[in-house]
Amino acid sequence: MLRVACKRLRVFSTRLDCLFNFQHCAKDFKPAALYASKVPDKPTVDSIDYDSLPELPEIDLALVEQLERISLVEFNNEAGLLRLREAVKIANQLHLVDTDGVEPMDTVLEDRECYLRSDNVTDGNCVEDVMSNASKVEEQYFVAPPGNIPMKKRDKDHLSNILGKKEEEDEDS
Amino acid sequence: MKSMTVKKALGLLRKHDISPIELVDMCHRRLKETTNLNYMVHNIPSQLLHKHARIAEQSYVKGSSKALDGIPVAFKDNFCMRNIPTTCASRMLLNYKPPYTATMVEKVAQAGGIIVGKTNMDEFAMGSGSVDSCYGPVVNPWNFALNLQGQESILDEESSLSDWFISGGSSGGSAAAVAAGACLAAFGSDTGGSTRNPASYCGLVGLKATYGLLSRHGMIPLVNSMDVPGIVTKTVEDSAILLNAVAGHDVRDSTTVQEKYAPFEIDDTFDVSKVYVGIPREFHTPGLSPEVLKLWKATADALEQAGAKVAEVSMPHAKHCLNCYHVLCCCEVASNFSRYTGIEFGLRCGSEESTEDLYAESRHHGFNDVVRGRILAGNFFLLRRNFDRFFLKAQRIRRLISNDFKAVFSSGIHFLLTPTTLTDAPSFSWFSQKDNRTRSAEQDIFTTAANMAGTPAVSLPLSNSQRGLPLSLQLMGPHFSESRLLSLAYWLEQQAHFQHLDLDFLDRK
Repeated sequence: MLRVACKRLRVFSTRLDCLFNFQHCAKDFKPAALYASKVPDKPTVDSIDYDSLPELPEIDLALVEQLERISLVEFNNEAGLLRLREAVKIANQLHLVDTDGVEPMDTVLEDRECYLRSDNVTDGNCVEDVMSNASKVEEQYFVAPPGNIPMKKRDKDHLSNILGKKEEEDEDS
Repeated sequence: MKSMTVKKALGLLRKHDISPIELVDMCHRRLKETTNLNYMVHNIPSQLLHKHARIAEQSYVKGSSKALDGIPVAFKDNFCMRNIPTTCASRMLLNYKPPYTATMVEKVAQAGGIIVGKTNMDEFAMGSGSVDSCYGPVVNPWNFALNLQGQESILDEESSLSDWFISGGSSGGSAAAVAAGACLAAFGSDTGGSTRNPASYCGLVGLKATYGLLSRHGMIPLVNSMDVPGIVTKTVEDSAILLNAVAGHDVRDSTTVQEKYAPFEIDDTFDVSKVYVGIPREFHTPGLSPEVLKLWKATADALEQAGAKVAEVSMPHAKHCLNCYHVLCCCEVASNFSRYTGIEFGLRCGSEESTEDLYAESRHHGFNDVVRGRILAGNFFLLRRNFDRFFLKAQRIRRLISNDFKAVFSSGIHFLLTPTTLTDAPSFSWFSQKDNRTRSAEQDIFTTAANMAGTPAVSLPLSNSQRGLPLSLQLMGPHFSESRLLSLAYWLEQQAHFQHLDLDFLDRK
């Protein structure tokens, strides 16, 4: 009995070797003859009905200026603007999904109480540590230039091809 | 080095067959021999390594060794280490030396692990190729063993390096460091697949644990609600050893769960016949290479032949994962990255006449195009008029994706078996034909789902492609199922006999 089991095990293990090292023995191995594999033969393809999607929001000069102002980074060039357009296009495909009555999910820990430590001081006296990475300090203060001065407005000529007809407004401003 | 694993090294160290100094030197020599792969961005000086090795040696002499005593470990350059540069491979943080240490680093050090250096990555972990780094791209160590023509030419003549296989990303440096033998284990981060993807391309085990099991304290955030530290090792057993050393609640990260972590060993008597494995049909997508499909089928069949129940299942919202991830990632990035102003830390350059101008110029010079693009897109989605339409919409779809997992696991399925990536490691020339967003969408296609739902997932190498590169599959399980998940992974690993990259010839030169 034991011998039979051992023999079967050996047969089994060589077969498994064969399964994995299929680059050497793929020709001998025909899983379909033994099992109908549970891995589907054909990919799942969804045809996207683009017509059902809401219209893409327009990206105009006002929007570009607003995003640059709140992001404090600039669209370097037209490629940057095209990148935003593409990002919005991809996001728009979310509207293929019906989410009526579905609550937004912030975190996978939503069913748990997150840890709150007691309100005791656990560290401190680390001013030097905290300041150690600042390029400019004075008397243990971080130094920033004056606030309340809006960013210099830069012309958007480098984006004009994409912003297209908005060129005139650009000149006005 | 080829066969050296964490488990094996610990055995040898305990028997005094090898000393921690010898082990550290072996890794250090390998690092020196493979510097052209560009996987390490900061090396810990060898005097310091020796100092730590001597401490480990003492523990072994006294017979009081800890879980990782003397084991060389590397960390992705987004884990803070006190007074050691931590740059996220970005110009923004080139001058940054954190005043504190990440919990993962601290736990590895407390367990006796020897931290050998910081590894290269995509800037701020945004990418899937480790080609978008301010230090230049990471080269897959498998290039040493083969080249694009499949001839036995290697990287020793740098002039011939016209094209090469990428390491995957964003934790490509961590994966390359382990594959090359510069350390026995490495930490990456995994937000949408950034640990599993390079592990897959470099022929290693890449573990993304359940969200909340590993502390994120000191790991520079990308997407807080999805980021987890990732573990890269050669074997499944090593993965468990590392996980045991670092898992558990951290008072400094309120998103770590408070239950006591129970360390486990891989169950080598794991009964596969009692396992119910699901094959989500939506994971067979267009673009899946015939080789990966074949491996997927062979593995599913092998499980079935060993007595496991294997069934096709449906996760209808999986196909929306990438678009959903894209929106949520940009939004969290827009918010997270507002900390980089150049005032308290990081790059400061430009006009000193206006705060806003200084911020804008510092951020302009500090961030690459990819980072800037995600910030701008995120702020667009977060505009009041777009908030519901894009951000909340994506969060709603995230719930549907998470519900797909819940439904599958409550139907009796224990684990899901899917590919990790569409193909084996792509070549640099092919990869760089398209922009970062397009590539991320292809590369993370099977991995983002686990981040959305917070479930554990492990990628493991099982075979080689025709051109000799590693091919891997992914297993996913319910929250906190790591011990059983890795036991099943171990079983598959034992059947597959995957041959690890052998670079021992470098030592003989």
